[in-house]
Amino acid sequence: MMALFKKNSTAELKTIKELSDKKVTIISSVSSIFVGLLFGLVILFIIEIIKEYSDFTNPFYGFVNLMTSGISSIGNILKLLYKAAPLMMTGLAIGFAFKAGLFNIGATGQYTVGAFFALIAAILWQFPWWAALIVAMITGALWGFIPGLFKAIFNINEVITTIMLNWTALFFVNLLFYNNPGIYLTPERTTALASANPSAILPDLGLKVALNSSYVNIGIFIAILFAILIYIIMEKTTFGFEIKACGHNKNASVYAGIKAKRTIIYTMLISGALAGVGGGIQFLSGTVQYTVSNTTLMPMGFNGIPVALLAFSNPIGIIFSSLFISFLQVGGENMQPIYSSEMVNVILAVIIYFSAFSLILSQFIRKRLNMRSIDLEIAANRLETPLEENIPPKEEPVEPVIEKSSKKEVEK
Amino acid sequence: MENYIIEMNNIRKEFPGIVANDDITLKLRKGEIHALLGENGAGKSTLMSVLFGLYVPEKGEIRKNGEVVKISNPNDANDLGIGMVHQHFKLVEVFTVLENIILGAEPTKYGFLTTKETRQKVLELSEKFNLKVDIDAKIEDISVGMQQRVEILKMLYRENEILIFDEPTAVLTPQEIDELIKIMKNLIIEGKSILFISHKLNEIMAVCDRVTVLRKGKYIGTVDVSKTNIDELSKMMVGRKIDSIKKTPAKKSDEIVLDVRNLTVSSKLHKNNAVNNVSFQVNAGEILCIAGIEGNGQSELIYGITGLEKITSGQIVLNGKDVTKASIRERNLNGMSHIPEDRHKFGLVLDFNLAQNLALKKYFQEGYHNHGFINFDKIHEHSEALIKQYDIRSGKGSDTIARSMSGGNQQKAIIAREIDCESKLLVAVQPTRGLDVGAIENIHKMIIQERDAHKAVLLISLELEEVLDLSDRILVMFNGQIVAELNPKKTTPQEIGLYMVGAKVQEKFTGSRGGQ
Repeated sequence: MMALFKKNSTAELKTIKELSDKKVTIISSVSSIFVGLLFGLVILFIIEIIKEYSDFTNPFYGFVNLMTSGISSIGNILKLLYKAAPLMMTGLAIGFAFKAGLFNIGATGQYTVGAFFALIAAILWQFPWWAALIVAMITGALWGFIPGLFKAIFNINEVITTIMLNWTALFFVNLLFYNNPGIYLTPERTTALASANPSAILPDLGLKVALNSSYVNIGIFIAILFAILIYIIMEKTTFGFEIKACGHNKNASVYAGIKAKRTIIYTMLISGALAGVGGGIQFLSGTVQYTVSNTTLMPMGFNGIPVALLAFSNPIGIIFSSLFISFLQVGGENMQPIYSSEMVNVILAVIIYFSAFSLILSQFIRKRLNMRSIDLEIAANRLETPLEENIPPKEEPVEPVIEKSSKKEVEK
Repeated sequence: MENYIIEMNNIRKEFPGIVANDDITLKLRKGEIHALLGENGAGKSTLMSVLFGLYVPEKGEIRKNGEVVKISNPNDANDLGIGMVHQHFKLVEVFTVLENIILGAEPTKYGFLTTKETRQKVLELSEKFNLKVDIDAKIEDISVGMQQRVEILKMLYRENEILIFDEPTAVLTPQEIDELIKIMKNLIIEGKSILFISHKLNEIMAVCDRVTVLRKGKYIGTVDVSKTNIDELSKMMVGRKIDSIKKTPAKKSDEIVLDVRNLTVSSKLHKNNAVNNVSFQVNAGEILCIAGIEGNGQSELIYGITGLEKITSGQIVLNGKDVTKASIRERNLNGMSHIPEDRHKFGLVLDFNLAQNLALKKYFQEGYHNHGFINFDKIHEHSEALIKQYDIRSGKGSDTIARSMSGGNQQKAIIAREIDCESKLLVAVQPTRGLDVGAIENIHKMIIQERDAHKAVLLISLELEEVLDLSDRILVMFNGQIVAELNPKKTTPQEIGLYMVGAKVQEKFTGSRGGQ
């Protein structure tokens, strides 16, 4: 048994060494998710232990629910996609900024502003859905532009400005809603789009009826399109090249003539636009209404952080990581008969937290792995020519004096 | 039988694909200064890492005083009395000298730090070995030379008897080097034994008793310094005779490529201007070298000229066009190439691959992109061409991540990129810093080629040898100002040295002084 294990582990070690960079990325993401899930299960058990009447089948039941219900029915799958769309957008927003070396923690603020203006455009101005989405994009971009400007001109840390702007956005939006009595029905919620302006609801291509779900719309396709667009910008264009250069080494980019300040501003502009579209997709779905008395920041923008981290900010990876997080969210809702919604949120938070945390761990391991291979590569590169070629050819005179003295040394 | 304090016999250390140390023997006598000579990548560091317990060799044995010892980690090495001054000092910047010396071996009483006796001990050591340090100053406030003395004191405090100096002179000024040599001789008198790692031949000749030469991982030989000479050693180290640079006389023309007028750049470190009212011209077909001790405004001068930093006043005219307010890219496109001082900070995006790095100043130009979409074929083609032309060696060619390349090849890549821009002006700041003999030779040839191709070269160098070898005209900078203009054929290092430390100012430059 031990021998078998040993054999396996050396084989594994060998495969790890041979892994390409991309594979390491995927493996570390998947393994970190696994660690997160495991911790989720542990938490479920701990909850059970401290209960008055422990039933140790509950954690398993809850966990199975969490892990299966996301794909257990067409309805749930549609809900998953519906939830994933805005999450994908905020994930893209944060990932895009990460690539330029910026931490846009203000995605939630840009999302809120985008949502607000999408609703204003839809309800007050009676815009069609696509025009309302564009309004959301532009306003989100402007909200991202502010911290970008401050960072570029005054070198004020974007984390600080975006956090402040998150709260500014929230209360600014609430205030403006209160001042527009035309667009909310009750003191709490904005008017349902179905009655206010049906043309502003994202199209469902007739699938709402066909699939018998109110959660169907083209939001997920819009989000995936954006992900592909961002991928192309990042990997194929000179602009993406400049962004990555700034993200990796700002000094070298400036030296090479890249206008780093302009790149920072554009990056934040685009990042904000993505988050704004996310807000638009969520609130133009026709299934949510904005709660005007809201005094907590919307979690969508923050959930974008683990989405981006899990995917190493790769836009295509963000498609999958946002689907995964939504999968957990849908699964969590189905744990509810046994576990309260607060408890479910705790479980989800633990899973997401540990996913991101163990991600850092795996990044560290990866770095170690890389560093080792880089060390070897450096060593190999330094010895630029194979040794055989360097054996002194006969015509090369090694001084007789030297030979003598070195021989003496050996004899002694 | 001779008395060796340390013997490393037939050491072999392999890394996958290469043999870093192949059957190397190094014997250190008690009380001698023994040099370990070799180019970068010759295996010096690997050998020292073996001695220090960082690597375990595949073959070979280490003996101390004739007895076989096993060193499997640095603590073992320390217990055996082996200490090392690293090239990049391992000191805590915000700690005082004393705190750094006792760090790792702190004397405590009931869990509290007791520094009184230690202070006495360190003061005694510093007196005995004539190591002048300010014991209560913070590391960040003291000079590089003093930091090195702190490292030496650290070894002495731990009562090490075998001291390894890893390229100790690389960071020092000429005066500090003289000081260090004195200190090393002093240490020998007190019974220590020193291993001196270097590739600077004249220093080895000045201070060492014997020298062991490595080349490409192989043991070449051990010789008495008194029985050899620089030519012989350099031949052993490089494997061939090093040509002294053959420089054709400059074909200087009247065409002014760069005209710097009354340039003033403020300092980020102090209130005074780092560059104060500096004016000079660089003509096509000449290498103008600015000499000076580090920190006398050379860096800021270059930042101002290349646009990395805003200037306070003055004018910069490049190829007849005023570029004082131009962006960096405009300057580049108008004929300015720049080999930066710090290749990791400015020269390369280390996480990009070689092709991307070679395209850093091209990617936006016609042919390299199509309506904003990068033409990857073109970038690859461009990279392959440069790799071939400039002989840039790396593991995976164009796809090699820049971080994994050796310093010499990183520098080659930067130079290839800059020369490829075919600019009229080449600004080269310490282009050979930290490189080995072969690479330096190569780079010097390239710079001279540029000059012969009727380009203007502005060279900043801290190495007097390089200044004298390459330049057609020398300006000496001191305290933010030009203090002398010299002809390299008619001057001596001593004369330049006097201007460098501000002991002398040429009459024609005295007028501009007094602005401070």
